[in-house]
Amino acid sequence: MSAEVSTTVVDEKPPARGWPLQLKIGLLLTGTIVLLSLLAPSIAPHPWDTVSMRTRFLPPGPTYWLGTDEYGRDVLSRLLMGGRLSIAMGLGATIVSLLVGVPMGLAAGYFRGWVDETLMRLADVLMAVPPIMLGLLVLAVTPPSLWKTALAVGFVYIPLIARITRSVTLTLANEEFIQAARARSESNWYILFREILPNAWPPLLVEASLRVTYAILLGSALSFLGLGAQPPSSDWGLMIAEARSFIDRAPWIALAPGLAMCLLVIGINLLGDGLRERLDPRLKTRIGKR
Amino acid sequence: MTAFIARRLFFIVLVLVAVSMLVFGITALLPANVAYLILGPFAPPDQVRALEIKLGLTDPIWQQYLRWASSFLTGNLGESTLMNRPIGPMLTEAVGRSLMLTGASFVLIAVIGVGLGIVAALRHGKPLDHGVSIGTYLGIAVPEFFWAIIVILVFAAWLGWLPASGYEAPSEGLWIWLKHLIAPTITLVFGHLAHVSRLTRSSMIEVLQSPYVTAARAKGLPEHVVVLRHALRNALLPTITALALDFGRLMGGIVVVETIFAYPGLGRLIVFSIQNRDLPTLQAAILVVAAIYAAANLVADLLYARFNPKIRYGRNVS
Repeated sequence: MSAEVSTTVVDEKPPARGWPLQLKIGLLLTGTIVLLSLLAPSIAPHPWDTVSMRTRFLPPGPTYWLGTDEYGRDVLSRLLMGGRLSIAMGLGATIVSLLVGVPMGLAAGYFRGWVDETLMRLADVLMAVPPIMLGLLVLAVTPPSLWKTALAVGFVYIPLIARITRSVTLTLANEEFIQAARARSESNWYILFREILPNAWPPLLVEASLRVTYAILLGSALSFLGLGAQPPSSDWGLMIAEARSFIDRAPWIALAPGLAMCLLVIGINLLGDGLRERLDPRLKTRIGKR
Repeated sequence: MTAFIARRLFFIVLVLVAVSMLVFGITALLPANVAYLILGPFAPPDQVRALEIKLGLTDPIWQQYLRWASSFLTGNLGESTLMNRPIGPMLTEAVGRSLMLTGASFVLIAVIGVGLGIVAALRHGKPLDHGVSIGTYLGIAVPEFFWAIIVILVFAAWLGWLPASGYEAPSEGLWIWLKHLIAPTITLVFGHLAHVSRLTRSSMIEVLQSPYVTAARAKGLPEHVVVLRHALRNALLPTITALALDFGRLMGGIVVVETIFAYPGLGRLIVFSIQNRDLPTLQAAILVVAAIYAAANLVADLLYARFNPKIRYGRNVS
């Protein structure tokens, strides 16, 4: 529909050898958060879901490092457990959109003609509504739960993945090795998944890593609106939504998941930008679609 | 150009028709239908059945769609099942309020975004440049609902300068109206600033290194003339398209922001109608959003064609 807006900055510095700094910082941030979340059941200092009326609204202190919430639950433990949900949701959604979007893009870019036309017009229809509203619309149909949110978010981002895969496929389809495969009368299936896909993965990997952050942001927004994880779950979006009413009395309940999400998203963004630089030094940081 | 616009308009109509099918199809999947929603959960089944027949809910789905679409085209948007009000006026009011919010945010995003971009480009590689980069990076890395809560915490709870939520019509007094608009606008602006400022920065850096800028400087023109009159004109090219796209993106942003600030616009209407299973309102509101979104995309394309002499839209438009 409209031109993808991307920025290419010609930097004076020659591309650094080895791993770019962004990639290192991104890996460190993301790795730490993912590791902490994975270990959450064993390292959480308190049970994440035990209600206790005597420990309500305790500010951060030596026993409860990040304070307690309106039901007396430890914010740190909830935060750690909730991280698992947010990360799983983001990854799950991205996998869904890759599983559907990549074959769509491969087919559209390789077969061209009516296949291309049909698939891309279909993508246009899905892209005619802002992502969050498409998500809302899909989720309005069923009782909310987190895996449905992941599915809906994945569904929303299918057209974007399909478009990128298509444009990569378009350039690859004219390469000599594809013509050679055709001359050997390989099957279309073989050409698409054994010849084109392995060569298309660098840009797809970068796109997928950035897509995870958008998926986390969109999924948490949907959770925040009540169409994702349900109480007593400690999904970060839901935690912030519940903490809203006590924001002036107990700001730590909302600030903790907010900052955590901030760090995670920045971490994955840096990771994606770093990957891009490593895989394709000509392209520099870009801000995609939310 | 005219042919191009005509083709795009035709395409937009096609897309909107498809979106309407999508919206109607998805909402038709809902387990509870309109008759059930009107009568409530305790209605006897035979009454529900009678109303279903009266409303035509037992007809095949394509007949229902055609009936809905044709009444939509004649301007009859139907009645909200929840508020028992005609949807048309309700929607117009909500769109008006949302446009106030998005309009104000849009202007600020354009002015501040371009301004920051220029400043960062002029101080390329200096601390100020990095500061702007980090600041705008935060803007997109943090979910809008989190910014909204911070804004409420700072401006409403701690400083007490602004109301935490709600909306007042301009007839209540301009200052009161404006006060309710400020907090949601700040939130939207901060969340969308990065895109424009980064784009302006990078194209400005590129343009400032080009020979014609050096020539302008060599002529002895003052630096502000070089920057604002010579360089900016070309540097703004990509920014203009980005801005038009951002307007569409703002339409998505209002969902969360309006909900948090209890601002009775289009976004809140959509969330409200979902929470209360008000299907007719939901369908109409989503279609309106799709139309605005499509218009913003069209404007983006047209501006791109208008300002970029390298692009001329001819026969082959993808």
